[in-house]
Amino acid sequence: MADEIIRLTGIHKSFAGVRALQDVSLTLERGKIHCLVGENGCGKSTLIKIIAGVYQRDSGSVQINGKEYEQLHPIDSIREGIQVIYQDFSLFPNLTVAENIALNEQLAEGRRFVNWKHVRHVAEDAIAQIEVQMPLDARVEDMSVANKQLIAIAKAMRQNAQLIIMDEPTSALTEREIRVLFTVIHKLQQRGIAFLFVSHKLNEVLEISEAIIVMRNGRVVSTGLANEYNTTRLVYEMTGQSIAEKSYEFTPDLSQPALLRVENLTVPGALYNVSFEMRRGEIVGVTGLLGSGRTELALALFGMLPITAGQIEIDETPVKIRSVQDAIAHGIGYVPEDRLTEGLFLEQSIGRNVVVRTIDKLRGAFGLTDPARVKQQVDEWVTSLRIKTSDPDLPVKTLSGGNQQRVVVAKWLASNPRLMILNGPTMGVDIGSKNEIHELIKRLAGEGMGLLVISDDIPELLQTCNRILLMRNGSIVQEILPGETNENELAAKLIED
Amino acid sequence: MSRIFRSNEALVAVTIVLLSLIIGFNNPTFFSVGNLFDLLRSSIVMGIFAMGVLIVIVSGGIDVSFTAIGVFALYSTTRIMKEFMPDASIWIGFMIAATIGLGLGMINAFFIARFKLPTLIVTLGTLSMFHGFLLFAIGNQIIRDVPPAMDAFARSALVRIPLERGVANLHPAILITLTVTIVVWLLLRYTMLGRGIYALGGAREAAERAGFNIPRIQYFIYGFVGLLSGIAGMTFGSMARQANPQDIVGTELNVIAAVVLGGAQLTGGRGTVIGTVLGVMLVVIANNSLVLVGVPTVWQRVVIGLIILVGTGLPAIQAKRASKHSARLAQA
Repeated sequence: MADEIIRLTGIHKSFAGVRALQDVSLTLERGKIHCLVGENGCGKSTLIKIIAGVYQRDSGSVQINGKEYEQLHPIDSIREGIQVIYQDFSLFPNLTVAENIALNEQLAEGRRFVNWKHVRHVAEDAIAQIEVQMPLDARVEDMSVANKQLIAIAKAMRQNAQLIIMDEPTSALTEREIRVLFTVIHKLQQRGIAFLFVSHKLNEVLEISEAIIVMRNGRVVSTGLANEYNTTRLVYEMTGQSIAEKSYEFTPDLSQPALLRVENLTVPGALYNVSFEMRRGEIVGVTGLLGSGRTELALALFGMLPITAGQIEIDETPVKIRSVQDAIAHGIGYVPEDRLTEGLFLEQSIGRNVVVRTIDKLRGAFGLTDPARVKQQVDEWVTSLRIKTSDPDLPVKTLSGGNQQRVVVAKWLASNPRLMILNGPTMGVDIGSKNEIHELIKRLAGEGMGLLVISDDIPELLQTCNRILLMRNGSIVQEILPGETNENELAAKLIED
Repeated sequence: MSRIFRSNEALVAVTIVLLSLIIGFNNPTFFSVGNLFDLLRSSIVMGIFAMGVLIVIVSGGIDVSFTAIGVFALYSTTRIMKEFMPDASIWIGFMIAATIGLGLGMINAFFIARFKLPTLIVTLGTLSMFHGFLLFAIGNQIIRDVPPAMDAFARSALVRIPLERGVANLHPAILITLTVTIVVWLLLRYTMLGRGIYALGGAREAAERAGFNIPRIQYFIYGFVGLLSGIAGMTFGSMARQANPQDIVGTELNVIAAVVLGGAQLTGGRGTVIGTVLGVMLVVIANNSLVLVGVPTVWQRVVIGLIILVGTGLPAIQAKRASKHSARLAQA
């Protein structure tokens, strides 16, 4: 078959006796957009590394462009036009855009000296190929994630890519950036380039892909055309079980005072006259594009952005929040967007991360921490939040994304907040963990906590929140009830200007 | 334009001009030819060392053993020349010193490239080891009676300007520093090896994926630094007309400070030859000329410390502001 780029048959791969891939067979075709989906640890990464020649298979056959490879080395894979764009993009932050695009190619050509005119020429050509604009002399570290990704694609194109494999291509992009990416991909597709996406953002998978490959526990469990799938079926194939998410039902108890009332909150350059109210047990979603003020709202409520005008009331009492300490004293907790850099001490143990906020309350004799009490509290949270670990003394970095997120949540719950602000609570976690985090959010609300969920994951908002606030240019422009809208309508509202 | 002024090099250059004006205003001898030649002379050895340190820092590593390599090469070369080839020219001496330096640098490279050990740990170890071995096995007595070639080199001059009292001499070793500077500049800017050093310092894993041979680059880096250190050590001894096994070691941090002041970042991937030249100039002026305005010698160290703190602190604050600014722009 001329239009096949890759044909894998009966691939097996084990690591130290653990089976990573079992009898995997698949074909990837020229000019087609394929998507590989599956939960973390299902073998997706191993499969990609076998195609890239980084890992050697134990058995099975690999055919690339009709040629059978006994042993596939990374250099063979690259020569056959296979380019893998990893999540970190393999770019050099300290070098310019132009050099990043041209460097690999110059190295592959065996050059010993740098001809800067040539570098520039290569970069201009590559950027022109994908039809975007890019400041070539800027350093890559100053580029947005979306631009870094386009740079990586441009770089791949200069190396005569026939198949571009992208790991989680949309995970850190805004809606608008995803549109730009998809446009570029469609253009390249028309020129016969094949794509393999590895993703767990199901809606986007279904939107762009033509062929779907689902993996579970090291096997390919389902393949077919994208139009044969919907989100429910994908979730079922990925997890092997149906996860039915019910939307969150909430009836306000008007006899109780409002938990939080925000009036005309203003932070110059970020928020203008933001007003809303929420009650105990409510899950309020806040959505909007990046820069709409959704994160700034969280930061302002948590004392990290100075408020110049407006009023915040908690339990009908006006309060001043000027610092994180003030916010914590008023019972506000915040789980940041980037839990890895802002929320956790990755090298430290799970237990220490859980108690870090409340360590002062766990002091015993001589003001030293009481190990028994610490252990008791840690065990309590590990059990109640179902953090999957063999030992809470292990470092947090040993946990999966979803479990790490639970540790952040545990850290804040330990200090008994009345109001939790969750920024992108399920960003980068797999579908199973996502579901569990949603359940956790609903359970906490059921126990009377107020939750403010900031997210641009539309299904997530519809399934977990009882109200959604839509933000644009620093103001709340609309309040939406999940029951009165659907995914497409909300998505359209989100990107509307 | 504003980008040029915000660059680290510009900041250091402005500091040099300001410092020179302050010193020169209080003591006009600062602007004399004699003082200028003195400053250049003081930059010779530090300049060669600094070029080596720059390469290491750009690659994301750190080398603190270069002073031990320098003094090891100097002392051994002096003894070899005295005992086996008393009539050899100074160039033979430089070649021997460079070879010894290269050999010692390769020992660093071996541990770093082969065993992937942290560069600071390895070079802290070899600093002690090289110096200890020198004192124990090669000699611990100062050699004052150096071979005639070294003596002649010490007395030579590139430019001689008669002054009211005495003569101002510019030592020809400045040409060595100049050559090394140009070679390192060409290396870093125009060779794939040089770009590989930046790539390694910027993102090691990406450099591996791109196909750079990381161990080979590391062998080059630490070998080359060793070679430069050997030359620097030999230059030092040839100018001082003695080989003292206790010299040079202990000045590592001064050199590293000069390179860092010049904008190289200890996290790797960043640093320029121009910046390093300016950094060396600043440290040399602070070291040599503060005494002209009556700053006592003991206080000079404090002043240099302050310059380092302010010099590295300011760009950091600027960077922070710039990133906040661009983050706002990105969101707007």
